[in-house]
Amino acid sequence: MTAIAPKKQAISRQQIEDFLYAEAALLDAWQLDDWLLLFDEDAKYEVPCNDAVDADPAHDLMLVDDNYTRLAARVDRLNSRRAHREYPHSRTNHQVFNVRVAHGSGDDVSVTASFTVWRFRMGRSSCYVGRYRYRLRRDHSGFRIAAKRAELDMTDLRSVGDVAIIL
Amino acid sequence: MSTNVQARRPEEAEAAAQLPLVNDDPAAQRFRVHRTAMTSPRFHRAEIERIFAKSWLYVGHESEIPQPGDFVRRPVGGRPIFMVRGVKTGNVNVFHNTCTHRGALVCRQESGNSKVFRCFYHAWTFDSEGQLKGVPGRDAYAGGVNFAELGLKRVARVESYRGFVFASFDPGIVDLPSYLADAKDYIDLVIDGCGGSVEMVRGTNQYSFGANWKLLVENSIDGYHAESTHDTYFKYLVSIGTDLHGGVSGRAIDLGNGHAVIEYSSPWGRPVAKWEPLFGEDARTEIDRLRSDLVARHGEDRAHTMAEVNRNMLIYPNLIINDIMAVTVRTFYPPAPGVVDVTAWELAPVNELPSLRERRLDSFLTFLGPGGFATPDDLEALESCQQGFTSGGVEWNDISRGMGRSPMANDEEQMRAFWRRWQHQMGAAADLAGAQ
Repeated sequence: MTAIAPKKQAISRQQIEDFLYAEAALLDAWQLDDWLLLFDEDAKYEVPCNDAVDADPAHDLMLVDDNYTRLAARVDRLNSRRAHREYPHSRTNHQVFNVRVAHGSGDDVSVTASFTVWRFRMGRSSCYVGRYRYRLRRDHSGFRIAAKRAELDMTDLRSVGDVAIIL
Repeated sequence: MSTNVQARRPEEAEAAAQLPLVNDDPAAQRFRVHRTAMTSPRFHRAEIERIFAKSWLYVGHESEIPQPGDFVRRPVGGRPIFMVRGVKTGNVNVFHNTCTHRGALVCRQESGNSKVFRCFYHAWTFDSEGQLKGVPGRDAYAGGVNFAELGLKRVARVESYRGFVFASFDPGIVDLPSYLADAKDYIDLVIDGCGGSVEMVRGTNQYSFGANWKLLVENSIDGYHAESTHDTYFKYLVSIGTDLHGGVSGRAIDLGNGHAVIEYSSPWGRPVAKWEPLFGEDARTEIDRLRSDLVARHGEDRAHTMAEVNRNMLIYPNLIINDIMAVTVRTFYPPAPGVVDVTAWELAPVNELPSLRERRLDSFLTFLGPGGFATPDDLEALESCQQGFTSGGVEWNDISRGMGRSPMANDEEQMRAFWRRWQHQMGAAADLAGAQ
């Protein structure tokens, strides 16, 4: 579409956006097993507390601090009928925008994006607003997630209650 | 062990209810609570006046404000207050967060360090001991205004126990140690088990949900629900190699004045000092060393209790200290009968080795907090109860479990201790005879 073809190595924002939209679609469809396949086995999924968004999970309390094992357990839990807060599941809408590719060198890429995640369940609506920080790795088939961190902008969780869903 | 050290004061010796909402029938071994206690705006208003205004309420932990001028602000009993370490005295000062001039908040940051608190509205300025230091255009005031009396208003009573700062809006309340009664021993076990010196970890859980606050009191000290409600957590423990054999077993204890505890052994590990697979092999030596330290300092028996035994404790009316797979300190307040605002922290030993701290943090958030594998399901259960109440047809909750035996950790004696004190403090205000 342009006269000058991009360099082979360059990663475009559009490629990143396509990947993030596909991830969001898996979450909204509750295809969590497929969603988990996006993660590398050394990956992390983190959600800091609202009053410490820069938290380091080695020293500070987090809302979520999953390595791959616990992330897989979280998926298992949410797939079961015994995660009572999410059975039946909420209807969610993960919206991703303001995507910025911070470091695009080589096959590793850092990405920040804004999100709103809407959650509807039993007549109640909740909205999570914040910033994603991703570390992605490019391989032959596309991208894989090395780290996903969701930093919430709300000052507390009073309006949403919990983070039982995956952001 | 059960004691009854309720320090009755003349103003409390008021009329009892004719038909109490708490129906305690020891002869029939039946204990019931009327569901309007959870739903009625009238009883809720009475709770604010008779319970939240007349109890010792948790404010914060001294470790949150180590340096002179350090402060935190937060609601206590639904009222904005702030706690600051005085620059001159080093004392923990707890003030009503309101300018003595025309009312604006004087502390408008969640936490920080400051020598002065200036109301931005008209720039009246107070120091960290509450003294009024600055009034722009002071010469415009006639002699009738005594600026020495217009310092920040202290909350009527402030005392602390082992670093836990409590305040009461009731100037006539009994002193904190008498109020805490036998709960003091259990606070000691938690703190001494952590090596004697503790701090709040950075990062706060602040969440709300749609249920009555007393359901959270019950839930926080409920051993009966663990297996059924938290199946997915236990399943996770098994998947990482925990042996669930032995389960949860122990006893419930009335600590006096509405406080209560369940103490029990459990399959999960404890950072001080019970190893389990979640902690990883390399943590074993660490945890063994902590254990021998405890034995050397406190003897074999007490060290065993600190290391192996879990404690879910209620400090009446709204403080929970749960020393379980990690230590959580949780307080809450009801802005309405069907809403509860929760604030929770993680308590940990100071100078804890980084590897152990990481495991403690891990252990906490796997079970606890709004993103954990258990807490969200508790919220669901409590909201479900609150919704169930509106169905009608059933008037009473049954809380009789274990009345016919020496109460176990999965019985309900600890909840009965809370409810008896609640009914006593509510008096004639918790009366079905006058209910709509």
